[in-house]
Amino acid sequence: MLRLEGIKTFYGNIQAIKGISLEVNEGEVVCLIGANGAGKSTTLMSISAIVPPREGEIYFNDEPISRLAPDEIVKMGIVQVPEGRHIFPGLTVQENLDMGALLRRDKEAIGKDLDYVFELFPILKDRKSQAGGTLSGGEQQMLAISRALMASPKLLLMDEPSLGLAPLLVQQIFEIIRKVNTESGTTIFLVEQNANLALKIADRGYVMETGRITLTDTAANLLENEDVRRAYLGV
Amino acid sequence: MEVLKELRKSLLLALWFVVLTFPIMVIRVNTITDTIEWRWERAILMAVGSFVGSFLWKFLLARQEARKSRQTAKGSSEASDDGASAQKSLTERLLARLGWTRDTLREKKVAIPALAILGAIVIVFPFVTSIYQSNIMISALIYVILALGLNVVLGLGNMLHLGFAAFYAIGAYTYGLLNHYFGVGFWIALPLGAAASAIAGILLAIPVLRLRGDYLAIVTLAFGEIIRLLLVNLSGITMGPSGVKSISRPGLFGLDLSYTQAITYTYFICLALVIFTVFIVHRLENSRIGRQLVAMGEDDIAARAMGVNTSRAKLTAFALGAVWAGIAGVLFAAKTTFINPDSFKVWDSVLILCMVVLGGMASIPGVIAGALILILLPEYLRVFSDYRLLIFGAVLVIMMVFRPGGMIPKRRKAYKLRPEELQGSAAVPVGGGEGDAP
Repeated sequence: MLRLEGIKTFYGNIQAIKGISLEVNEGEVVCLIGANGAGKSTTLMSISAIVPPREGEIYFNDEPISRLAPDEIVKMGIVQVPEGRHIFPGLTVQENLDMGALLRRDKEAIGKDLDYVFELFPILKDRKSQAGGTLSGGEQQMLAISRALMASPKLLLMDEPSLGLAPLLVQQIFEIIRKVNTESGTTIFLVEQNANLALKIADRGYVMETGRITLTDTAANLLENEDVRRAYLGV
Repeated sequence: MEVLKELRKSLLLALWFVVLTFPIMVIRVNTITDTIEWRWERAILMAVGSFVGSFLWKFLLARQEARKSRQTAKGSSEASDDGASAQKSLTERLLARLGWTRDTLREKKVAIPALAILGAIVIVFPFVTSIYQSNIMISALIYVILALGLNVVLGLGNMLHLGFAAFYAIGAYTYGLLNHYFGVGFWIALPLGAAASAIAGILLAIPVLRLRGDYLAIVTLAFGEIIRLLLVNLSGITMGPSGVKSISRPGLFGLDLSYTQAITYTYFICLALVIFTVFIVHRLENSRIGRQLVAMGEDDIAARAMGVNTSRAKLTAFALGAVWAGIAGVLFAAKTTFINPDSFKVWDSVLILCMVVLGGMASIPGVIAGALILILLPEYLRVFSDYRLLIFGAVLVIMMVFRPGGMIPKRRKAYKLRPEELQGSAAVPVGGGEGDAP
């Protein structure tokens, strides 16, 4: 479904990604793990075209997309949940969710998706008319995920959904990610530092180090891999 | 103990102020007799004044803090409490004293007569008052249009724009020059001025697409000055500092209007355009493009991740804001019949900015109130004209500390749940219909 070939991305003169290739198949949950500064978030930013790659090509359903604008990428069905819960603090929860459905015009399906995210996160329904900025960290992350789901994505890109959340909440969020994948068949590409949990819900994983992909395998094998265990799982 | 500490602090502050203002307040050199006059009574006045002022300031701040913390406590204890309704505004408290709520104002039997009375006053106004009053009111209405235009850029898009007077100037000069050279009339110049201003808005927006916050403010400030300096220096075309004279007033089917009639006519044109502006800006707020602007203003990255084309949104915001400035400019040229670059200085940009901030960003009634107050008050308080800037500054500081949202802050739309949804969960709030009327 999504294929990156030799992607190189720069911030000014600093090269953040030094030529990576990876693939995400339809219906999968794929996670990209790695230390701080490995280039994980930049990879997502490159796919979303917010920081477009300088070299290489990105294919979505065999169509090259690396020259498209961010809004065209969203239109194709690739939606990102940005790192650090970039929600709209001044807008209400409902308005935040409406913003997710900005590019859609199918009112009925939007209503259905709204019911679906309220079912996933009932707390958001209670906080419907509250400003996004007044939510707690965990609720904001739920809102960010829900907002992305409102765009009815074919491929959901998630950047560190566990960032700054309590362990119990992280567990809950990951369960819901898995649920979204199985229930609505949304393909998920997940970037995480919390390698242990991410690999547990993922089908396959990539390990990234200083701008390069150093290892790829099924999630179960990565969990068993000695190097990965030492470097990222802390055992 | 707390009070004693605060008193001591205020005392020290008062002493410091006395020292600080000593050279200008106390000492006066009498150049005729070559003596120094010591005006000690002024030092005492200064001390008492700053002591009381500082104490009052701290007292009010403490009271505001207390109210805020009470609200948060309340808000967290009742999960269902909607943040907007927990915050009782000043107007709400005043209304409550009369035994009313905000909803009373929206009820038809109150709202319609109130609107009718307001409408009657506005229509009768130019006939019962002097030409002088009408002229002031026209200025105020022009500034209402300007402020509503800036509100599109600043209130919705959250982009600090310090060169708005430039668009105002472009509108005014479009009419002024077209009228001077080609004898183009007001009604043809009105859309042309708006278009010229919108094009200028887009031209300015292209280089600043990647800028935000402070940098954007600096560039727009420079743009405002560039336009003014161009108008001064292109004297071959714009007649430089001496300006464009004897621009025609708005025509009415070729009728010959007396001065009084022309002013009254201009007043009604302004009024109609204000209503038109309010209507369009209100529609814009709830439109797709309006929401894209709000999203972009709130969080750039999130907006892009949701598929907002931020470049296009920014261009649209600048163009849509500039349109109203252009219209206001044409009106201004038609009203004064004389324009020169002095009317479009940085101060005018700042004044428009203040109207939006003081009135309440993104809130249409707030912006209108802000514009009316900032234009009308100085006119009626001419007695204090020496202290105008002082009062102006003090009011801005006080407003920003005690009412950062402006006089009439934007009320976030609260959604009413549909009945079938209510059955699902009992604890959902019904956010009383405080959204804008559809």
